[in-house]
Order: sequence, then C-alpha cells, then structure tokens
Amino acid sequence: MTAIAIRDELARWPASLKIGATFFLLIVVTGLFAPWLTPYDPYTQDLAGFLQPPSWRHPFGTDHVGRDVLTRVLHGIRIDLQIGFITTYVPMTYGLLLGALSGYLGGWFDTLMMRLLDVAVAFPFLVLIIVIIAILGPGVHTIYIAVFLLAWTMYARLARAEMLVERGKDYVLAARTLGYPTSRVVFRHAMPNVINSSIVFSMADFVLNILLVSSLSFLGLGVPPPLPEWGAMVAEGRDFIFDAWWISTLPGLAIVVTGASLSLIGDGLAHRLGQRQRSFL
Amino acid sequence: MALLEVRGLCTEFRTPDAVIPANAGVSFNLDAGRTLGIVGESGSGKSVLCRALLGLIQSPPGFVTAGEIVFDGRDLRHLDETTLRRVRGTAIAMIFQNPMSGLNPVWPVGDQISEGLRVHRGLSPSAARARGIAMMRQVGIPSPEVRYDEYPHQWSGGMLQRAMIAMAMACEPKLLLADEPTTALDVTIQDQILALLVELQERTGMAMILVSHDMAVIAETSDHVAVMYAGRMVEVAPTAAAFRTPRHPYTLGLLQSIPRAAGDGRLTPIPGQPPNLARLGDGCPFADRCAVASPECRTRPVALREIDPGHWTACHFPERLAGLQA
Repeated sequence: MTAIAIRDELARWPASLKIGATFFLLIVVTGLFAPWLTPYDPYTQDLAGFLQPPSWRHPFGTDHVGRDVLTRVLHGIRIDLQIGFITTYVPMTYGLLLGALSGYLGGWFDTLMMRLLDVAVAFPFLVLIIVIIAILGPGVHTIYIAVFLLAWTMYARLARAEMLVERGKDYVLAARTLGYPTSRVVFRHAMPNVINSSIVFSMADFVLNILLVSSLSFLGLGVPPPLPEWGAMVAEGRDFIFDAWWISTLPGLAIVVTGASLSLIGDGLAHRLGQRQRSFL
Repeated sequence: MALLEVRGLCTEFRTPDAVIPANAGVSFNLDAGRTLGIVGESGSGKSVLCRALLGLIQSPPGFVTAGEIVFDGRDLRHLDETTLRRVRGTAIAMIFQNPMSGLNPVWPVGDQISEGLRVHRGLSPSAARARGIAMMRQVGIPSPEVRYDEYPHQWSGGMLQRAMIAMAMACEPKLLLADEPTTALDVTIQDQILALLVELQERTGMAMILVSHDMAVIAETSDHVAVMYAGRMVEVAPTAAAFRTPRHPYTLGLLQSIPRAAGDGRLTPIPGQPPNLARLGDGCPFADRCAVASPECRTRPVALREIDPGHWTACHFPERLAGLQA
C-alpha cells in the first residue's frame, strides 16, 4: 500500500470509525505502557492510605486496601482486552469455518452442524457457564473453555446464512466450472465475501465478552483476586459504594469507554464494508 | 468422431410437491471446432443443460437421471469427481450471462484470469501473470499490464465479459459453453463479444455451445441450431436450413416473432404460455399452442426424427408448415 492508497482509504472511513479507532488505539497504547505510566504497583497494598478520594497523588483514589485505582484500571486494560480478544476471535475462527462449510456443502454435514448448534444455543448461556465453572473451578481458563463451547454458534449462523446467498452467485459457479477444488472455492472465493457481517458482529461481541467476564468476576466466578480485572474491581468496591464511589465507578467507566469505542468501530465498519446497518446491542 | 455426444440426457428437479423434468431426453452431437446454437425461451432447460453437461447440477434438488455425455471418448457421467474437475478446468469451460457477477469482487481481475493456470498447470505466480497478461491482450483488453491488478468494480460490463472469456480460455479448453454471453450487454458490445468468440474459435479450433434466446445471435455464429422447448429439443438442423425451412411449428413461431424493419411491422406472437413442466401429458408439449395441431398430437408421444439429411424435428406433421412459411 502506498501512502496515497492509505490516505484514500482513510478518506472513506465514516466519522464513527475514526473516533472509535482513535479511542481504541489510545486504550491499547495505554495498556501497553501501563507499568510506566504510574509510580505505583497494582498489587502493593498501603493500609495507611486506604479509601482516599481522588487527588493529585491518586487521580482515581485508592481502594479499601490502599491500592491505587488508576494503576489497577490501566493494568486492567491488558487483562480485559486479552480476555475479550481471545473469547471473541478464537470462536469466530472456527465458527466461520464450520458455518461456511455447512452453508456451502449442505446435506448431512449441514444437518449435523445445525443440530449441534441448536443443542449449544438451547442452554441458557450464563447458566451453562456457571455449571462449567462449578465443575472446573473459577478462573480465566474455565471461562475460555465455556465460551469456546458456545460462542462459535453466532458466527456459524451468520457465515452459513451468508454462504447460502453467496454459493448461488455466478462467481462461485464460475470457480466451480473452472474445476477448482472445493476447498479453494469455499475458502479463497466465497469466504472473503462471507466474513463481513461476522467482522462487524465481532466488535459487538468483543464488548459483550468483556461485559460477560466482568459480570462473572463481579459474581466471583471469573478472574480471581487480586488480578485487576475491571469487573472484579467493580465488585470489590460495591461494599463501599456510598463512602468511596470511585472504587467501583471508575473501572466501570473504563468498561463503558472501551465498549463505546468498539461499538463505534463496529458501526463504522458496517458502513465502510457496505453492510446495511445492524444493531446487535 | 464427434467431440461431444449427448444421448437421452434427463435432468429433473425434485420438490416436495412435484418432480420437474427440466431436460427430458436431450440428444445432440457436436464436432470439434463447430458451434451449436441452442435457442429457446426462459425455462426451456437451456441453462440446466449446460450445467448438467459439466456435472454442476445442485443436488438435491436436481438429479441427472439418465443419458450419456460422451466427451472425447469418455462418459462424463461416470467420471469420479476429481477427474471431472480436471475436465472442467482444462477441457470444457463456461461463460455466463452476467459478467458483473461472474468475477469475484474481492480479487484483482488478472489474478482470476490466471488462477486456472496456477491451479491446473502449476504455473508459478510470475509465469501465470505473464500468461494472464497475454490472454488479456488476446481478448482485446487494453493496457493489460496495468489492468491486471484492477478490481472488477473498476471495469465496465463489456470489459468484464472479455475478462470472463479470458478466464475460461486460459487453459485452452476444447469446448466452450457460452450461456447467454451477450444478453446483459448493450448491442454494440454484443457484436464485439460475438466477433471475439468467433475469432478465438478460429484461432484455437475449439467447439462452442452458444445458448441464447436471441435468434439473431444464433444466426450470426452457429453452424447448427437446436431449438429447445419444455426441456426437450424440438428441432435440430444446420443453421441455414432451420432459418429458411423450419420443420417445427415452434421454430417457425420464434422466427415470426422477430421484429423486422421491413414489412408491415406487425409481429406474430406465439399464443399461450409455456406448459407447466410438472404436468406434461404424453403428447407433444407444444400441441396446446400449435396452429397446425391435430387432436392426436395431444396424446401421441413425439420423438426427434430425421426428415431431411441432418434436419431433425419432433413434430408429427412437419409438412403442414409448408403453407405457413413467411
């Protein structure tokens, strides 16, 4: 890509995509440099200076064991984005593959996939996750396993539905009349035309997954303390909400800002990719 | 020996309510280097025939239930999928009606033209590129070195149809199926594309099946004409004979419904509608719309028979047409 090509591409971005991408980039950079941005350690307790309100020394205040909330929020970026990324894009990868194959091949494979999918979505998501956590014990890995079992279904459905449309188009037929192997027809020709809606949805899914992990942490089923996960921090602060509003509110705000920037990206991508506007949230 | 011999090909589509015979016993021969024009109205089974020849009927709901497709001495219906795939890529190619949708929007045009060479011939990307650019030049795409890397949305319909032709011709097929190749294009471009096809045919010696509902297109390009109606061939003849002395009332009807500048300007349409394929009787499927039908036409089955040398018709009473000719 030349500089001109990049400039042309940027010119086509809608405002929501530019704003969302800028915010998200800022968040990512902040997360990368978190250890150097504040003089404090996210785990060191300072029992002499607990529940301090926001000040110049502690812009986000301190929590009930005297840890600097800003430092913990900044370190939380790493944890929450990592969890959000893995819980979104790992299931998306195989959800897309299975869904696209299902839609293209049809027949018994499609029937099998769709029944499997029905079984997976028949369970209430949170209940199933709580059951899996009850069996395997809380922790990030348990959340991954639970999400991997279920989250692919939405992508499989999207990819299958799009593939049913795509496979009837002339260019797919043309690829078949030219004698290309089925794998090439599906993955090289049809697939790139199938993934747009999934990419747009993945932005919303990313937000939902961060919220899910935060919710589970809030319930005590997610990330174990003392890891500075945002949801866990909100949960820790709830006993002090009337005396020290900052412990819960400011990590909560971090979730909101991250979620909003991802939603803006999703919205902008939907426009840029020529999709009709979708609202999943 | 003929390059392609089709014998009694039957294709049907099974829906929960009915079985629709889209091709009912289609037979024809095609010699190397020759062109067969297939005409017929929408739903007469032309496109289904092309797809069936390539083994590309979506199944279910479509099934090829009977017949032989002997191409180059091999019955394509009995080849395994891998062998058939190689035939599709290298020996038989096909181009479609709508060039706008026939190319993948996400890949550069040139890559798509040379893709077959990489897949089937194992050419390196740079060799395939050189060959692809040569192909583009052959089909009359200007400045191919630049346009190789452009995307389909940057091209016009006529240029895209040339690209489709280049794509189909890349591996030098012996047979090209052209399914309404000019229908989506405007008239001046139509002529250019047809001229290009004829020129390529002369240069490479390939055979061509040209499907169209436009009698003029067929007249311009084909050696033989096959007229399809209700999933069967009702008349097969050398082009000149079919146009001068049609021996089936449907062919005559088609010829009379072509607008002409000369004459009183009135068209003679064919009355009625094409029959519902799911509910055909035993008799001639055209009987209900035929000006010269007898009661027995509705009950007695018709088959193609040779009434003049090389001139076949599926009509019980072709002699009755003599008085009606325009």
